[in-house]
Amino acid sequence: MVGTYLGMPAFPEAARDAVRDERLRSNLTHATHTIRDKRAKAVAELPDWGRLRAAGAAIKDRTLRHLDHYLERLEESVTAAGGQVHWAADAREANRIVTRLVRETGEEEVVKVKSMATQEIGLNAALTAAGIRANETDLAELIVQLGDDLPSHILVPAIHRNRGEIRDIFAERMADWGRPAPEGLTDSPRDLAEAARLHLRQKFLNAKVGVSGANFMVAETGTMVVVESEGNGRMCLTLPETLISVVGIEKVVPTWRDLEVFLQLLPRSSTAERMNPYTSMWTGTTEGDGPRTFHLVLLDNGRTDTLADTVGRQALRCIRCSACLNVCPVYERAGGHAYGSAYPGPIGAILTPQLRGVASELDASLPYASSLCGACYEVCPVAIDIPEALVHLRERVVEGGEVTVRGTRTTVRPARGHAAERAAMRASRWALDHPGVLRAGQRVAGRARRLAPRRLPGPGRAWTDTRDIPALPAESFRDWWRRTREKPTRESGNGTKGAGR
Amino acid sequence: MRVALFVTCVNDTLYPRTGRAVVSLLERLGVEVEFPVEQSCCGQAQFNSGYRHETEPLVRRFARAFDGFDHIVAPSGSCAAMVRDNYPRIGAKARAEGRGSELADAAASVVPRTHELTEFLVDVLGVTDVGAYYPHSVTYHPTCHGLRMLGLGDRPTRLLRAVKGLELVDLPGAEECCGFGGTFAVKNSAVSSAMGADKARHITSTGAAAVCTVDNSCQMHIGGTLSRLGSPVRPVHIAEILASTEEEQW
Ligand code: SF4
Repeated sequence: MVGTYLGMPAFPEAARDAVRDERLRSNLTHATHTIRDKRAKAVAELPDWGRLRAAGAAIKDRTLRHLDHYLERLEESVTAAGGQVHWAADAREANRIVTRLVRETGEEEVVKVKSMATQEIGLNAALTAAGIRANETDLAELIVQLGDDLPSHILVPAIHRNRGEIRDIFAERMADWGRPAPEGLTDSPRDLAEAARLHLRQKFLNAKVGVSGANFMVAETGTMVVVESEGNGRMCLTLPETLISVVGIEKVVPTWRDLEVFLQLLPRSSTAERMNPYTSMWTGTTEGDGPRTFHLVLLDNGRTDTLADTVGRQALRCIRCSACLNVCPVYERAGGHAYGSAYPGPIGAILTPQLRGVASELDASLPYASSLCGACYEVCPVAIDIPEALVHLRERVVEGGEVTVRGTRTTVRPARGHAAERAAMRASRWALDHPGVLRAGQRVAGRARRLAPRRLPGPGRAWTDTRDIPALPAESFRDWWRRTREKPTRESGNGTKGAGR
Repeated sequence: MRVALFVTCVNDTLYPRTGRAVVSLLERLGVEVEFPVEQSCCGQAQFNSGYRHETEPLVRRFARAFDGFDHIVAPSGSCAAMVRDNYPRIGAKARAEGRGSELADAAASVVPRTHELTEFLVDVLGVTDVGAYYPHSVTYHPTCHGLRMLGLGDRPTRLLRAVKGLELVDLPGAEECCGFGGTFAVKNSAVSSAMGADKARHITSTGAAAVCTVDNSCQMHIGGTLSRLGSPVRPVHIAEILASTEEEQW
């Protein structure tokens, strides 16, 4: 695995490889089931969870409806508190802004707080290209970075690694990035944590520039909020002289009071904690405390276009708790890398095809990466109906239609590779809309049933490779009903009543 | 009370026994059931694959076929969920596209009358003991659309517990999807098969003689996997258990 999502295969192929990887499967099953069960308990403790969830969804919806207003409000309050606000239309612009801001400090190194937005835009690669080293400080992100790997989970980016693998990565790679791992490092969690602590401490103390995202931004006060478990984020947010935060525009909430809802929803859904260990909040800059300079880079990168879609826009409510990943049976088996973006699992399957479009084979395959079992919707703390959005995006893939790209309404053509399926769907619909045809087909199949092979050729192989096909009955229900029940004349209405068996 | 059976295209073509079991069960409970021959398919495969426009004629056909009935009973959780959850969406989208309210009206007319079989038994008929006899151990797999979209809750297991002779065995990981998912089973066959194999392993571990669901499409996947893996557990639709009596086993 190399550190880029570019050129990755479509979901089914990547998932097929992952399914075969036994170690990955067992790492993932163990981790997701543990956290899944804990979440269920943490949520069950609150008798008003349903109302809290509805409130979270409603606050997000209201904010998104008036997003322009709240963003302007936010800009005013951040500026008034001594921060500087930058607007980035896409990933390139955001990377350019951050690179320039770091260069202006004269530094060649930054420490990073775990952030999804900077993963989304590939900031680390952009900074590296500009000769600036970005040091991840979240423990799991550190493991991923040292291993030249990609995150595979929103909350636990190294979920695909076990202790032994982490030990090896630390022992081999820490020296390339700073303080080496202690001699004789074992795979005990205590030892691994200590090695990371020593390695990172040096980074924190030397850092002049910190780069972060934010979980929430409060429009009325201009306050940024970062929620985390390790305290490493707090180090990066408080020690450096300059702090640069890259935040998606959908992260704004109107008022301080709104946080009350989300700070209950988020920890219980993500880490199954009643309250998360570290909640860092800052408002612009404060004399004699924390960074002297604060930059906020507001990131669009496809969000406004997503907002224009009445069904798909609910994905912007997401608070990145990752509960949907942890319950997803497809994620559990395919792993995070198969989703080909910083956003794996069910949320990635609906967010990526909106942020990036469905032009590439990978992005067009994402809406199909689901059995539509609905477990994700059930646990989502902001009630995103992920199955509904998936089906909606499948329609975009196969039928094309109107979308908004960079603010302009355009019509996209159906994705390639669906012609045979489209013809089959049309033909089956036609047969189903002509029950006489359906009945004739059933009879032919019934008569030929002894000829039915155990393994099917062509696309049917995908079924019969692992599953037997049911034996065809001699007589369809319809024919049975006609034979045993139907009287020659229709009774009232369009139903036919039966008499005797 | 006029009651129509929506047998579903999968049952009609592949599992007619299930349809016959529903008829037998309902008649035993004193319900005169009709089968409008104009019916065909709810359109779930088309809709869930993204072919919404191909679904529309089937929505119209459904509304036409079942016009005038007080209740429409489907022995399939996913087909009942298709009608109840997705027909209104199809109607709303057509309206938003400026094509009038015909489809929305069709949806509104059938949604409140459409019931999955166990809902009809428990909620409309008000029975949980249907007088069935089935002397086997059975484990119950709650299919996703029945569980999460329809919210069937404990209706199926209440019905099963009341069956004489039946021993209900808990299924580990019961609420996990079996991996069928319609075209998902073929488009993402590797993941689907891995999910199916895990489900089959759990089912076999119960030691039950049969695994019961409210949906033959999931059952086709579960049964096909069990049989390929050489498991002795046989799949059975809940209607066939509930239709069974001491005199007549299904
Ligand atoms: S979609 Fe919902 S469950 Fe998934 S990460 Fe976002 S908020 Fe959490």
